[in-house]
Amino acid sequence: MSGHTEHSAPTGGYEPKIMAFVCNWCTYAGADLAGTSRMEYRPNVRIIKLPCTGRIDPLFIIKAFENGADGVLVSGCHPGDCHYTTGNYHARRRWIGFKHLMEFAGIDMRRLHFSWVSASEAIKWVDLINKVTDEIKALGPFMEYKGLKATEAEQG
Amino acid sequence: MEKTLRLKAKELLESGEVKVVIGYGWNRSKTRTTPVFITDPADVDTLVWNPLCVNNLSLYLTRKYKEIKALGRPAIVAKGCDIRNIVVLITEGQFKREDVFIIGMTCNGTVYKQDLWKGELTPNIMPTKCHNCDVRNPHVTDFVVGEKSTFTPPEVPTGMVYDKVKDLDSKSQSERWAFWVKEFSRCVKCYACRQVCPLCYCERCITEKNMPQWIETSAHPRGNLSWNLTRAMHLVGRCTFCGECERSCPVNIPLNLINQKMIGVVKEAFDFKSGYDEKTHPPMIVFSPDDKENFIK
Repeated sequence: MSGHTEHSAPTGGYEPKIMAFVCNWCTYAGADLAGTSRMEYRPNVRIIKLPCTGRIDPLFIIKAFENGADGVLVSGCHPGDCHYTTGNYHARRRWIGFKHLMEFAGIDMRRLHFSWVSASEAIKWVDLINKVTDEIKALGPFMEYKGLKATEAEQG
Repeated sequence: MEKTLRLKAKELLESGEVKVVIGYGWNRSKTRTTPVFITDPADVDTLVWNPLCVNNLSLYLTRKYKEIKALGRPAIVAKGCDIRNIVVLITEGQFKREDVFIIGMTCNGTVYKQDLWKGELTPNIMPTKCHNCDVRNPHVTDFVVGEKSTFTPPEVPTGMVYDKVKDLDSKSQSERWAFWVKEFSRCVKCYACRQVCPLCYCERCITEKNMPQWIETSAHPRGNLSWNLTRAMHLVGRCTFCGECERSCPVNIPLNLINQKMIGVVKEAFDFKSGYDEKTHPPMIVFSPDDKENFIK
């Protein structure tokens, strides 16, 4: 996160930072449709476009939390709709493992969301972002994860 | 058993069928067993077999050990649980079944840590995996040494690891977080868990990739968490619960808990147990359109 985004956030209270890892062909196009249709949604989401959900390494999500994200959203084509035929099926398997791992490690699952949003589902995307943003806003900053570095500073 | 093992090793080496026998031998003070690599038929008497043979030698078949590979076709002395790792290596295309001669040892259990050995194998010094072992009669072998074991594992797996996983599952999310942060805070990033794991065979590990630095290198809680989560994630659907990572951990991080949890998840979600069939693909490299989940909205 650059200093720029830090300062450009509205000053009237806490605004969460949410990272969205989306696939190029469905969810990104869906978000694009929301934009061209002039739908308004919460500005807290930072979208990272990847070729396919199959490209999303679980480490991206860990890295997002490490760098100060309060929430992460992962989204791609519905099963059966993948541009590369099978990428999202592979991703789904990976997420099943990863979700349980994160849960077992004690990550609050209200901060990590998975969804399927197709290129035509601009309304679903808008609703999803609004819902996720409001939920994470209510939770507050992800201090558990951010605090990990501080713990070390105290010990050191 | 030792006699049969030595005779077979000698025969294999003399006939030239294998070039090296990977097995267990005594250390100098005869308190522990240590891996031995025998290339000369005259040395086969150094091979031993007893409950102290805890090491998972399948590690030496991986590409991490090029100098062993250079010796030629290996024969390996393996317990059922080690053979499960060999099977995973075969399913992942690391070598072919015929590239290795497996001397399967029937096993009545090993000690959890070699320091616990008092000359007798009692259930309380055996690790959880031995109490629930269904491969005491090795399942994929070229030659079997030892009497057939009649042990049947309990219907529902029992033992310390399963109890602790259940206990952690019943706790709240914040309690689990506190537990793991505390455990991982001891991690010194020695990567012993990676070095000893027969399935961590990447030539260039993610921890060594620094453009960008994926895993923070210093041993502080945040980097430790990302390392341990990544390690666990890379073993999903592959780990056979051999327990070498936890055994080798110098600060006793309960890695078995996280591994066993993920084995349970894979069993539940994909009905798969790793290391039994060398013809089935590991679950994370294949998929099914019918995979069930309830969290993707």
